[in-house]
Amino acid sequence: MDDLLIARSLFGTTMAFHIIFATIGVGLPLMILTAELLYQKSKDLEYVVMAKRWTKAFAVLLGVGIPTGTIAGTQLSLLWPGFMEVIGRVMPLPFQIEIYAFFIEALFMSIYVYAAERIAPWMRIVSLILVALGALASAVLITNVHAFQGTPAGFRIEDGNIVDVNPWAAFFNASFFVTAGHVALSAYVTGAFVVASVAAFKMLRNEYGSRLYKFHQKALMISLVVGGIASFGTALNGHSAAQYLHEYQPEKLAAAEGLFETQSHAPLAIGGITDRETESVKWGIEIPWALSFLAGNSFDTVVVGLNDFPEEWWPPLFIHTLFNAMVLIGSLLIMIAFAGIVWKKFLKKDRFPKWFLWLLVTSGPLAVAAIEFGWIFACTGRQPWVIYRILSTAQAATTATDLGLLFILFIAVYIILAIAVVLVLLYYFKKNTVLDDIRRAEDKNVQLFSSNS
Amino acid sequence: MTDALIAITVLWGFVFIYAVMATMDFGAGFWSMIYINREKTKATNIANRYLSPTWEVTNTFIVALVVAVYSLFPTAAYTLGTVLLVPGSMILLLLALRSAFLVFSNIATEYRKPLTYISGITGILIPGLLISVLPITHGEFVDYETGFAQLNLGELFTSPNVYAFIGFGISSTLFLSSVLLADYSKVSHAMDAYQVYLRDARIFGPISLAMAFLIMLTLRGEAPWLYDKMMEDLPLLLFSLVFFLIGGAGLFLPSFFEKGVRGMPRLAMIAVTIQYLVASYVYGKAHLPYIVYPGVTIESAFTDPNSFRAVFVTYIVGFAILFPGFIYFWSLFMHDKRYLRQRKPKEGTQS
Ligand code: HDD
Ligand code: HEM
Ligand code: HEM
Repeated sequence: MDDLLIARSLFGTTMAFHIIFATIGVGLPLMILTAELLYQKSKDLEYVVMAKRWTKAFAVLLGVGIPTGTIAGTQLSLLWPGFMEVIGRVMPLPFQIEIYAFFIEALFMSIYVYAAERIAPWMRIVSLILVALGALASAVLITNVHAFQGTPAGFRIEDGNIVDVNPWAAFFNASFFVTAGHVALSAYVTGAFVVASVAAFKMLRNEYGSRLYKFHQKALMISLVVGGIASFGTALNGHSAAQYLHEYQPEKLAAAEGLFETQSHAPLAIGGITDRETESVKWGIEIPWALSFLAGNSFDTVVVGLNDFPEEWWPPLFIHTLFNAMVLIGSLLIMIAFAGIVWKKFLKKDRFPKWFLWLLVTSGPLAVAAIEFGWIFACTGRQPWVIYRILSTAQAATTATDLGLLFILFIAVYIILAIAVVLVLLYYFKKNTVLDDIRRAEDKNVQLFSSNS
Repeated sequence: MTDALIAITVLWGFVFIYAVMATMDFGAGFWSMIYINREKTKATNIANRYLSPTWEVTNTFIVALVVAVYSLFPTAAYTLGTVLLVPGSMILLLLALRSAFLVFSNIATEYRKPLTYISGITGILIPGLLISVLPITHGEFVDYETGFAQLNLGELFTSPNVYAFIGFGISSTLFLSSVLLADYSKVSHAMDAYQVYLRDARIFGPISLAMAFLIMLTLRGEAPWLYDKMMEDLPLLLFSLVFFLIGGAGLFLPSFFEKGVRGMPRLAMIAVTIQYLVASYVYGKAHLPYIVYPGVTIESAFTDPNSFRAVFVTYIVGFAILFPGFIYFWSLFMHDKRYLRQRKPKEGTQS
């Protein structure tokens, strides 16, 4: 592998690892907040127990999310110094403001956990809202840098120099709101379905009608409602994201759809593999005219094909598969949430079929997979550019050589962390069962949040 | 002051704040490992009580620092990013293990010991590596032969000056954190732990000072430009030394404020902080105008003026918003007697 390829793989690996913890770190606080609010409304202690258990899981995940995020932030300068030089000049605001969001999240997370028993209930809720807002803001802001990479704004290049810098124009670049909205909503999808997975699994393991079964069923219903709303929003917003690609990064949309010839009434290809030789999508299902309609809301919309661009500007063609996988999972999650809610609330059935629970168990991992597919699609689909049509990835890369050993070391550390975090979570929740926590919650003299063993 | 000078002052402020917070953080982690088997003194509990709520906040400062470098001095970020790839990556790898295992050790209580060992040992190596960034910016280990800046690792790791810096970083970490923990245990009425940390501070204070002299001694040969400029401020360096002595008095003399107690850790804490502040001011001033000697200066690396103004405004707004949060945080964890004087050592010290 040459050094550029190693740098790309190393950075991509870091991001792919961080994003698991970061996304759940945005999604879980909303679930915790929902549970706390439900408790205030119903005074049902089981909701406090849920909030406590999710907070514990969140705290453990933070232990990996924060250092890997620190790696991501620093690695940007270490591996892509050319990119960060431009960002520093033109687009420093999101990173800068993100720091304040991190501080808010860190301060109030500690307060929520370590001072839980010393502060007033309303202050607990305020702390939790600030944690959730801090996490959301950090996701939105970092995504803004990604949005800027696709739709750069707020500067001009003259004779190789950056001039006319307007950092706020860069901040409010064209795709900021759409992209940030998509990332935020998809994080809530993921947070909710990860909870749903665990709850469904526990329902399969516990006897129908037992206290534990009912506890997990409550958690499941919260996550289906939150997840259902969020996944519906994600799909609507994803549709806008695709229309933005049509407008601003047409070669990315063309590669995502495997479209070679520019045409109106363009067909939508679902599934299949893009074939360079025959310039078509093999083994896919074609829906005539649909792509034109999706891209511009009318069948007459002309969608630009790859052949209109020089081949060295083409993104890798496999992003078609990544895009399809993301959309497929998104659609499936909407259906799962919808079916679950209808079954329970409208048909008033009190028991889910076993196969449906198993389907729910897969929903969390599927949501995480969609996040990974979406990001690799978005970042790899931008190639060969690190800033679209302005700075190429090769120009931005570090001039240092011999990155191979570092790559191996980082992967080794990620593997260690991944194994350790799973073991710690399993250990903790095995030692502290739901029944233990319910007992603690009911006993006024025991501190629930600070309790551990 | 020019904008670039304001910017480097802000950056220096961040470096100083992070340096102090990081020494407390990594030091507390190390002490909590050292005293893990001596349950009676509660020294480990005290260290954990400080560490558990603060490590996340401390970590955010390192991110703030990195962001400040590239948003204020993007050109310097280019050179620094290139030469710091290897040391920077080492720091990141250690930091990842350290933070994660710190959290894990508080959750998986049965495996607390091995987990604490991992986080304690990785943690104490980090300040040594972090401080090695300073001699790298002195320039003598950066080659430009290929046309690009490149770090000469062989020279870096055979330089006595670099080792003096590393030794200073580690001993200062142990010194400052034991002074802080002495104060923290005293406020918490944990007098056994107080004696332990007081003794550690007495040991590591003189070692840090010796290391500081060693830095100056080796600097003279390796980066004479910097040494000469630092010596121009000799009065300030002596002033700093005076505060070290005041700090020493705070550790050794019987308390003026309380009968029958030896040491005034709060006084020592303040004096030692001033000592480091003054000394690092002298170092920073002598380092100017270079960020990386001799090619990158604060003027040549400075960002676009429009961006600078926008970033500066966010500093002010951000500070105004965060300040009450910091005060509240401080009052809950550094000041609230219910937290400090908990009867039962709390098992549930989470993240
Ligand atoms: C739970 C995760 C999830 C789900 C179910 C979906 N997405 Fe997505 N998508 C993401 C998670 C995601 C993401 C990981 O968050 C991305 C990567 C970059 C970004 O902005 O968001 C993304 C990017 C992304 C992009 C590329 C933006 C760019 O390259 O700048 C488009 C066009 C879509 N999505 C469209 C959709 C559509 C039409 C969906 C229909 C259901 C959909 N997404 C579901
Ligand atoms: C968190 C989820 C993300 C994942 C999984 C991800 C994945 C990737 C991958 C796989 C690459 C290598 C692309 C290739 O060479 O084919 C890459 C490159 C890159 N990404 Fe992302 N990315 C993520 C988020 C972001 C964000 C939020 C930013 C903006 C700050 C970003 C900025 C970059 C940059 C600067 C590069 C290197 C230059 C380039 O290859 O274009 N990434 N990312
Ligand atoms: C869009 C993808 C991303 C999302 C949604 C995201 C979100 C988050 C969240 C919520 C946290 C808090 C910790 C946690 O909950 O686990 C976090 C931590 C962090 N992230 Fe990411 N992040 C993303 C990508 C990135 C990228 C590309 C960078 C690098 C520029 C980055 C840098 C950081 C840093 C430095 C931290 C640690 C903050 C601290 O010290 O408190 N993140 N991220």
